[in-house]
This record gives sequence, C-alpha cells and structure tokens, in this order.
Amino acid sequence: MNPAFALEILPQLLTGAVLTLQLVALALLLGLVLALPVALARLSPFAPVSALASGYIFVFRATPLLVQIFLIYYGLGQFEAVRESFLWPILREPFWCAILALMLNSAAYTAEIIRGGIRSVPYGQIEAARALGMSGPLLYRRVVLPLAWRQALPAYGNEMIQMVQASSLASTITLMELTGVARAIAARTFQPVEAFVIAGAIYLLLNFVLTRAVHWAERRVTHAAH
Amino acid sequence: MLELLSFGPGGWGDEILRGTGVTVAVASLAFVIGLLFGATAAAAKLSGSLPLRLAADTYTTVVRGVPALLVIWLFFFGGSGMVTWVAGLFGYGGRVELSAFAVGVAAVAVVSGAYAAEVIRGAVQAVPKGQIEAARALGMRRRLILRRVTVPVALRYALPGLGNVWQLTIKDTALVSVTALAELMRMAFVASGATREPFFFYCTAAVIYMAITTLSAAAFRAAERGAERGVRREAGR
Repeated sequence: MNPAFALEILPQLLTGAVLTLQLVALALLLGLVLALPVALARLSPFAPVSALASGYIFVFRATPLLVQIFLIYYGLGQFEAVRESFLWPILREPFWCAILALMLNSAAYTAEIIRGGIRSVPYGQIEAARALGMSGPLLYRRVVLPLAWRQALPAYGNEMIQMVQASSLASTITLMELTGVARAIAARTFQPVEAFVIAGAIYLLLNFVLTRAVHWAERRVTHAAH
Repeated sequence: MLELLSFGPGGWGDEILRGTGVTVAVASLAFVIGLLFGATAAAAKLSGSLPLRLAADTYTTVVRGVPALLVIWLFFFGGSGMVTWVAGLFGYGGRVELSAFAVGVAAVAVVSGAYAAEVIRGAVQAVPKGQIEAARALGMRRRLILRRVTVPVALRYALPGLGNVWQLTIKDTALVSVTALAELMRMAFVASGATREPFFFYCTAAVIYMAITTLSAAAFRAAERGAERGVRREAGR
C-alpha cells in the first residue's frame, strides 16, 4: 500500500462515489414508489392481479441482476419499435438503463418486505379503525401503512445496503461509478490493491452511514408509537 | 428463432449448455469452499480468543459490506500477484498465473463464505444448551459432542439459511463473466454479439438461471424435510 498513490487516486474514486450515490438514491426512491402498488397487488384477493405481481417478484428475484441490466441495455435496443419510440432518448442512456434495472430489481425485493409488514398489522387495529368509520384509502394511510412501515424498516435497511452493492453492476454498462473507477485505475496502473482497498473503504463508510440512519429512523418511529 | 439454440456450428445450443455447466461448476465449488471458510470463521467467532474473533468479524463485515463485483476485480487484478508472493515465501521464484476459473471460484467462495459464516454461527448458537449438557452427562468429550450433537443439530438449523446462501452464490457467479470466463452469462454475451440477438440470448440465460434457482430451492426444501424427520412438530405445518 503506497500512501502517496492512494492520495493521488482518492479524488477520482470520490467522483465515482458521487455517481454511486445518485444511482442508489434514485433507484431506491423509484423502487419504493413501484413496490407499494406491487405489494398491494400481491395481496389482492383478485387472483389474476395477485398472480401477475407474484410472477414479477419471482422473475426478478430468481435471476441475476446482471442479466436484467443486460436485457434492458443491450436487449431492448435491438427492436426497431423501441428505437423509434419516444422512450428511446431515455433507453439509450446507460444511466437510465441502470436506474431502470436497479429500480425494477429493488421494487421486487421491497414489495415482499412491504407485504410482510402489511401482513404483520394486528387485525384488532384494523377492526378498531373500521369501528371508527375508516375504510379504504384512509384506513391504509392512517393505520395499515404506518404500522407496516414500522415493521418493515429493519428489512428495508438491509435492502438499502444491498442496493449500494448492486449499483456496482452499473459499471458493466460503461458507467464510471465507484467500482468502475477502481477497476479502471487497477487496469491502468497495475496497482490494484490501493484502488480496491480505498473503494472498499468508501463502500463500508456508505453502509455505516446508512445503517446509522436506519437505526435513527427506527428509533423515531417506535418513539412516535408511545 | 429457436434454431439459434441448435447444437453444432450453426447454433449456440452447445455453447450455452457448456456455459451452464461452467456456471454450475463455479457455483458448486465456490459454495463448498465457502462452507469451509464459513465454518472456520464461525468457529473463530465463537472461540474465546479475541484476535480470532476480531479477524473473523472483520472478514464477514468487510466482505458482506462491499460489492461482490469489487471482490472479483480484486482477485482478477491482484490474485496472481498475491499467489506469486506467497509462493515466493516458500522459495518459488517464478510468477504464478491463475486461470479465470480459479479466480472466479476463489472470489465467489470468499463472498459465499462470509454469508455462510453468519448462518453457521447462528445455527450453532441455536443448539439447545440442554442437549450439550445431556451429552456431557453421558461422559462425551468435546470432540465427540461436536461430532455427535452440535454438528447434526446445527446442520438442521442452518439448512434454510444455507439455501439462501446458495441462491446468492449462483447469482454471484454471473458477475464472474466480467473476467471473460466462459460461463453462462459470458456465452450469452458472445452469442448476442455474434448474432445481434441480445434480447433472445439474455432471455435464454434468464430462463436457465430461473430453472437452476427454482430446482435447487426445491432440492433444499427436500433436504430440510429430510433433516426434520424424527423432529416432533409443535407449531407450524
């Protein structure tokens, strides 16, 4: 480990870390937005809707993320219809392909986490809310979802950390995020240890900050319950 | 469309099938070696020695905290140098080159082992104390208790968790394709480039991965049922 060299490559790696953060934040946000309807569909008593959601969750959890990224980045572009559609300016950008793949992947895992949270809501709470005249969206917004969220938060914290690691696959479609920058430095300088050790340390730091943030959020939601 | 998957020079069926074989081989080897790493790390975590515990905790925290792709790149760029250095310590002067297969297996095994370590540690800790006490009361020594009581009971507790680790390991092998090792994902990539049919070949790869994960999930469930023969169920099922 050469400290001078390590210091020299640090700025490049930090630039990569910024892209990693952008990928993770956007993919998590969009994934969460998509996960809620998927979880509700999965819980729907209407069999076709529930089967559709189950199928989506199954496919995205049973295949490697790399296949999903390549299917979207290389696979979609092969069709004339896609290339001529209004979506093409988005789908030809590696950044948006990565976001799309990460978001769809995250939504599949997150939907299962949310479903578990919703199913953990005690029936008595729902009965009480019904007795107060709540129903439908109001019942969900005021009672079911807040309680489900509290239950799901620790698992969602793990999903966030998984997403930090998953974002490294964006480097396979030319995006120079943290892992991509480290690989490029290793290939250029033949000094792999420094690049990968510093990149690894930055990932651990990101995880640490995320874990702290989730703990803080957990304490806040349990505090609000008393 | 399906003639793209025919066997022989015209189609990619044999290449894809061979790639699938390499994927299963890398995953199986990495999983078994990972189990050894995991069992060693779990033993270190549960040992009374502080340095051992610290070393094992560092291993699992670091490896589970960084992307598997980073570990694969580290082994790809740094593996040969590391092995050459170790060989030098033993008096070997030449340079050691590692094959892409060895790099892939080693990197995935290190990742798999870190996850397996937590599963095994949890399972060993879940072995009821009474069972150990009973074995001791029968006059068993530590090694015998380990072999006759702790390992069989812990194995049953560990099976569901190890099933998850296996699924992770299968999916991590796809990442090894970045080193150009001719496994399933790499073959799909090459075939896509040659035929300009990426959608078809990545869908094929996805279906094969799904088949592998689904079949092995069923196999693990069967193993779990097998391990639970003779266990009286009080709750569930």
